This record gives sequence, C-alpha cells and structure tokens, in this order.
Amino acid sequence: MRISSFFYTIGQGIKNLGRNKWYTLASIATIGACLFLFGIFYSIVTNFQNVVKTAEEGVSITVFFNEGVSEEQILAVKSELEKNRPEVREIEYVSADAAWEGFKEEYLGEYADGFTENPLADSANLQIYLKDVSMQPALVTYIESIDVVREVNRSEVTANTLSGLNKLIAYVSAGIIIILLLVSIFLISNTVTMGIAVRKDEINIMKYIGATDFFVRAPFVVEGILIGMIGSAIPLVIIYFVYTHAITYVGTKFTMLSSILNFLPVEVVYNKLLPISLAIGIGIGFLGSFTTVRKHLHV
Amino acid sequence: MERGYRKKRSNRQIPEDEIITLENVTKSYSTGAPALNGVNLHIKRGEFVFIVGDSGSGKSTLIKLLLRELTPTEGEITVLGYNLKRIKHRKIPKFRRNLGIVFQDFRLLKDRNVYENVAFAQRIVQTPTREIKRNVPSILATVNLAGKYKSKINQLSGGEQQRVALARALVNKPTILLADEPTGNLDPNNSWEIMKLMEQINENGTTVIVVTHNREIVNAMKKRVITMKKGVIIEDEEEGMYIDED
Repeated sequence: MRISSFFYTIGQGIKNLGRNKWYTLASIATIGACLFLFGIFYSIVTNFQNVVKTAEEGVSITVFFNEGVSEEQILAVKSELEKNRPEVREIEYVSADAAWEGFKEEYLGEYADGFTENPLADSANLQIYLKDVSMQPALVTYIESIDVVREVNRSEVTANTLSGLNKLIAYVSAGIIIILLLVSIFLISNTVTMGIAVRKDEINIMKYIGATDFFVRAPFVVEGILIGMIGSAIPLVIIYFVYTHAITYVGTKFTMLSSILNFLPVEVVYNKLLPISLAIGIGIGFLGSFTTVRKHLHV
Repeated sequence: MERGYRKKRSNRQIPEDEIITLENVTKSYSTGAPALNGVNLHIKRGEFVFIVGDSGSGKSTLIKLLLRELTPTEGEITVLGYNLKRIKHRKIPKFRRNLGIVFQDFRLLKDRNVYENVAFAQRIVQTPTREIKRNVPSILATVNLAGKYKSKINQLSGGEQQRVALARALVNKPTILLADEPTGNLDPNNSWEIMKLMEQINENGTTVIVVTHNREIVNAMKKRVITMKKGVIIEDEEEGMYIDED
C-alpha cells in the first residue's frame, strides 16, 4: 500500500465520523452506555471483593506447641511453613511472655499484679495469616500432623462464611459481567451493522470501480476503532469523576461506614477497568465494522 | 499459437481484437425461466454497441455478468482475456479496473463534491496524489464540468450528475465503458449530450457498450445494435435499428 493511500484511508475513516454524524453519535452513545454500566458494576464489585479480602486478611490460625518445645523449634516450624506452604501470607511468632502480656492487658488489668511467674509459660504460639481462607482446612490438617504441635485454634465459621461470600461474589459478578458484555456486543454490533448497511451503495461503487476488499474495508475499520475508542473513553472519564467524588462524599458524610468499608483508590480500580473498557470498545468497533463490511463485499 | 488469435476456448479461437466473448451463456436464478439462455456474443476492441430490449429481456443480467457481479450458470465469458467463470475473487478488482461503469441512477457519493467523486475512483486504484491532481481537472474538462469541481452533487442537474459519473468512469482510462440506461433519468437534451460524449470517448479508442430503452438515440446513432428478448439475442446488426417488437 502506498503511503498516500494509507493516509487517505485513515483520513477517510476520520471524515466518515463527520459524514455519518447520527450513526456516529448513536454508536458512541450505545458503546458509552454499555461500558458505563459495565464500569459502574465493575467498580462496585471490585470494592466489595476488597472488603471481603480485608476481612479475610484478619482471620488467623493460632498454633500452640507441646510443653518443653523450645523457641528454636517453634521458629524452625515457622520457617518451614513460610517456605513450603504457598497459602501462608504471614506468620507472627508470639513468645510466652508476649502472650502473657497480651492476656494481662486484655483481661486482668491491675489484678495481674498478684502473679509472680508467667502462668502461660507454655503459650508461645504462631499466629498464621492466610492468603485465601478457603485453604484453611488443608493447612490446619497439615499443621496438626507436626509432632511438636499441641493444638490449632481457628474460626471455621468465619473462614467458611468469608470463603462462601467470596465465591458468591465471584460467580454473581462473573454472571452479570457476561450478561452485560453480551448485551453490549449485541447492541453495539446492531448499531454498527445499521450504520454500514445504509452505506451499502458506497461499498458497491467502490467494488465496481475496482477497489480491493482491503481498501473498501479499511476506512470502515478505522471508523469503527475510533468510535470504539471514543465510546469507551467517555464513560471512563465520567466514572473516574463520579467514583472519586462518591468515595470522598461517603468518607466525609458517613464516617461510620467508611471505617467498615475501605474504598479502593480510583487508580487501583482503573488498573484493570481502563484496559478492559478500551479493549471491549475498540474490539467491538473493530470486529463490528470488519464483519459487517464483509457481508457487502461480494459484489 | 496461430498469429492473430489469442487462446482456444471451446471449439472456437478468440481473435486478437475480440475483447468480449460469450459462448453459450445461460444464467438461471433459483425460480422462473433463465434470465439468459444460451447467449453467444462477440465484441471487438473499439466497437460502439447498443444492447436493447424490453424489461425482463436479460439486458441487466448481461451487464452484471460482464461486471462479474454474477457468474454464468452455464457457458463461458471472457473479457479482456479474463475467464469470468474461473477468475479468483482477489483478481476481480484488477479486472474491473479495465472497465468504466455508468448507471441510470448515477450512484455518486452525495456527501462529496464533484472533484472528490472523480478523485475517489483514482484513490481506489491507488493513483499517486500528484497524478490525481493532474487527471481529475483534465477529465472534468472533457465532460464540460471544469467550472463545477467544487459543487456538491445535490447542487447539480441530472445531466451534470451523469457527466460526473461519466468522468468517474473514464478517469482511470478504461478499455471498456459499460453504461446501464445512462439516459434513463435525463431529458432529451441532456441525453444527447451524454451520448455525444460517449461517441467522442469511443472515437478515442474506448469500447462502449450501452444498454438503453431510448429508441430515438439508438436509431439516430447508427451503431451496432443487439436486440434481446426473453434471455436470448434475437437480432445483432451493424448500424442497426431499435425496432418496436409490438
């Protein structure tokens, strides 16, 4: 392809946006509306998942050891778990003295003065935090099989609830996102199809004159990509400002809520939302125009 | 190969100067009688040919076959050495660049001006911009539209629009000009103007094939006339006449 033809093709794609104003506006509005809904839903789901994840991070397993087990042995178990168990996020060693100090502070207060020795001498333990609470039963089974371990304390109800909630969010959000995407693809490709169908004559003329399929298709594809790009950029900009203002508003007006809900910064949400939205918009613009023009090429 | 002949197809050798050959061509659609039925036709380089006949006689099907918009159900069509029954899809654009096409309804791009409509044909065949800037004004002058190159299509009369379509068809210097009812939407004065331009184009060496209903023009121009009826050629005469069958 000549360089002049290349620039002509790009130029025609851009000019087509203006030549078919209503089609362009309808396509951008359809893509924009679909991706706006998608973006809003994605932001909510991502935050909800973050809340559950934060709750999961607070769930720990406490491992107590047999009488007479030394600090070195406990630390050896700690490093073995850190090395060999990928589900472990963090392990904290709590010495017998630290356990007693914590107990005193929490339950006894000034009444602890009567104790001259540490009654929790065998209470040195490991606090284990997991990456994924659904892995808790497997890890507990493994730790219980270690011979120096006396007892493993865990909250099965919390772990199971969080794990179940996590799965539920994943399934529901995946389902809704798929439905939203399918509806978007259907609406957008219909708009693109209608827009190109009304220009069937133009395609026919090009074919009669001797244009190659590539030359006929290229301006439409450029146009489709541009529509997809603009259609995805607009909701991204709107959601950016809406989201930023919403989390600031909730943070200042509902302080109770903001202590429970830890909202993700907009940059974190956009790490994935930006490329996904652009890929969907541009992808649908490209595929929609590419396949629709093909239907009219056999002249 | 025998001197003066190109290739042997079926039982007949195609003479070197014959650029359109139809051998026993039949075109059937899914329902009804065939649109073309065993048609044989030979057109030489530089000829001016009228194809006439009533509606449903097969004229439009014939043009579509020559454009390779349709393929024959039976028989062979050879245009400029291309066998249109066997031509590969990717080679069709190259074949069509040898043809100039004019339609009854002009088929111009209404959102572009006169210059852009003609330049469009050159862009499609990837003519360098420098040449386009030279060729388009020249061809617009040939069809007497030099002063209207900036006009929008809807600002032109029917005759002017058809002249733009003619300029678009000619700008790539086609070997064959196919015109499907080029005067169908024009008044007598504009019709004559278009036909005179076509005659002039033909005198410069382009083979011109005109499908028409315009009896007055056909009878006045004294060119080869092929008359079709119900999918067959019923008459083919040099300096022929368009006889009313009824």
